[in-house]
Amino acid sequence: MAATTSLERRRTLAVDSQAVARRFGARWVLRGVSLSVESGEVVGLLGSNGSGKSTLLRVLATLLRPNAGSATVGGCDVVRDPDGARRQLGFLAHAPGLYDDLTARENLRFAADMLGGSDRPIEPLLDRVGLGRAANDRVRGFSAGMQRRLALARLLLASPLVLLLDEPYSNLDVEGIALMNAVLQEHVARGGAAIVVLHELAPASGILHRTVTLENGRLDAPGVAV
Amino acid sequence: MAWQDDWRRVRAIAWKDLTTERRSKAGFSGVVAFGVSVLVLFGFALGPEAAALRDAASGVIWLTVLFAGVLAFNRSFQVELESGAIETLLLYPGPRWAIFSGKLLANLVFVGVLLSIVIGVGIVLFQVGIPEAWPALLGVLALGTVGLVSLGTFYGAMASRSRAREVLLPLLLFPMLVPVLLAAIQASRALLGGDVMTEAGAWIRLLLAFDVIFLVATHLAFGAIIEG
Amino acid sequence: MHSIAHADPIATPSARWAWFGIFALLFLVFAQVTAVMISVPDRDMGHLQKIMYVHVPAAWTTFLAFFVVAICSLRVLFRGGERDDLLAASAAEVGAVFNALTLALGMMWGRPTWGVWWTWDARLTSTLVLLLIFIGYLSLRAFVDDPERRATWSAAVGVLGAINVPIVYMSVRWWRTLHQVQSAPSTLDPAYTLGLRLNAFAFLFVLIFLIRRRYEAAALLRAAEHADDARALGGR
Repeated sequence: MAATTSLERRRTLAVDSQAVARRFGARWVLRGVSLSVESGEVVGLLGSNGSGKSTLLRVLATLLRPNAGSATVGGCDVVRDPDGARRQLGFLAHAPGLYDDLTARENLRFAADMLGGSDRPIEPLLDRVGLGRAANDRVRGFSAGMQRRLALARLLLASPLVLLLDEPYSNLDVEGIALMNAVLQEHVARGGAAIVVLHELAPASGILHRTVTLENGRLDAPGVAV
Repeated sequence: MAWQDDWRRVRAIAWKDLTTERRSKAGFSGVVAFGVSVLVLFGFALGPEAAALRDAASGVIWLTVLFAGVLAFNRSFQVELESGAIETLLLYPGPRWAIFSGKLLANLVFVGVLLSIVIGVGIVLFQVGIPEAWPALLGVLALGTVGLVSLGTFYGAMASRSRAREVLLPLLLFPMLVPVLLAAIQASRALLGGDVMTEAGAWIRLLLAFDVIFLVATHLAFGAIIEG
Repeated sequence: MHSIAHADPIATPSARWAWFGIFALLFLVFAQVTAVMISVPDRDMGHLQKIMYVHVPAAWTTFLAFFVVAICSLRVLFRGGERDDLLAASAAEVGAVFNALTLALGMMWGRPTWGVWWTWDARLTSTLVLLLIFIGYLSLRAFVDDPERRATWSAAVGVLGAINVPIVYMSVRWWRTLHQVQSAPSTLDPAYTLGLRLNAFAFLFVLIFLIRRRYEAAALLRAAEHADDARALGGR
């Protein structure tokens, strides 16, 4: 009975990691991290430099295999069904992951083709992130903030269930921060979930439902409400 | 449909790589300039007697394309490593082999154009006449390019993400390409020398077998090496 | 799921393997001495022919080692697994040594026989290409730090290399052939045959012993890393 309920619970959880551990060479960056995020929840992930925040996001995003433990995103195991997990998640990394020699529009068109499926709206998204007028400019000339906006547009193209954002506010101006928060609010209103890595709480205050802190590869005080 | 999605992914990656290459310009023209310099240096090593040059032409041309190709194969995934694009690429849904196919397609075009230019310059520098069996020669060129590029793209994907990639790629690639190079060089030489498909035929079959085997093997193995 | 593998109990050095090593060495000495004693000097080559008792078994052993690399690599690709990875690496290292030995002896034999140190004959050239493939495989292992990545990448390289070995051989044979007929026991004098067979087994035992020793060393290193891991994870 208990097993069934925990399975049920796992299915409804947007993100569920159980004792995830990961090392790089001899150094253990994650030492057993268990974190659950429900649908409609935005969790802030705090911690000092090198505490394992980005590594945890990468494990959840299927980019790194855990050395121990397991994790699901949208009910899909990140190791056994990575393709299923990828269809459920959107990952905004520190690096924008854009192609410098393509224009903003071409970058989005490429992403749309790679995501597959039917026509995805590109123009409204460019307007939404405030790049409508720069649509035909190559990304090479973009400021860091503009690149981040374009990466955000690419994220919205997929409209995933789970957003994994690695310091999404860095390089963004006041308008950009407001845009990011609006996007997150809409996402949550639709029933999506998000984990947001932050180095300062200020820009995200009012958005987060709770925060957790990673220290030395372990979660401290899980589930502390903001 | 799934296969239509996959085909769209393949095309998107190939288009993206070629567009990037076309716009950055420096990359392709650099590789071509490198190839032409290698041809000229081979000419110094083997010339100036016309007969000796003509005899060595097919070997020289293939080795030049190989050396210049190594630069291209390393660049192919280097583009993805810049600004973390490889992570974004890996996060798209769909099979891994589609990424490999796209890269392969772009590299085929790249090396194909490179080969044409090298052959054009080679014909002039090495005083080669165009043989009557030129359609067969085109076939040999195409088959040789496919063999070269399929392994080159595959090992490039690993080497460009390791330490010492400049050294590693030739170390891995050159011995593996021995059959392709032997077959392509010998078949080209036979055809240039006016061989009427007697000797070249066996080499063409070997090229065909090599291409099929390694196209399948690299597509199957790519999923394992691109993760992690 | 990749859970933390524990120290492999089979990989700890054991007395039985030490005895096997002594046996392999003694058998090698016995096989070499017997072969040299019972063979009469060759009509054309004289005592030079005796180099075959090392050259030919070394060549067979090389291919056997590469076969082990290929099988272990396939298992790594399909199932994953640390032991197969370490075994493949050990076989590759030992195989490369036997490969180099084969080439060196081939050259020593070729100098008085053909008058040149090197001839581009099919089998000698294929063996050289095989050595280059081994070297590529081992360099890849040296240049990739992450153990999991190293395991899958080198497995892919090992499998592709193994697929290529017969193709390389065929292409080089077409390209040029001037070697003797294949030196399988059937084409030789009965006394040579016995000598070759004895030495084939002797080399096989030595190969097994060396791969085993190399594997033990690799497994011990890995076990030490895992012990560190367990400590780092706080007695998990």
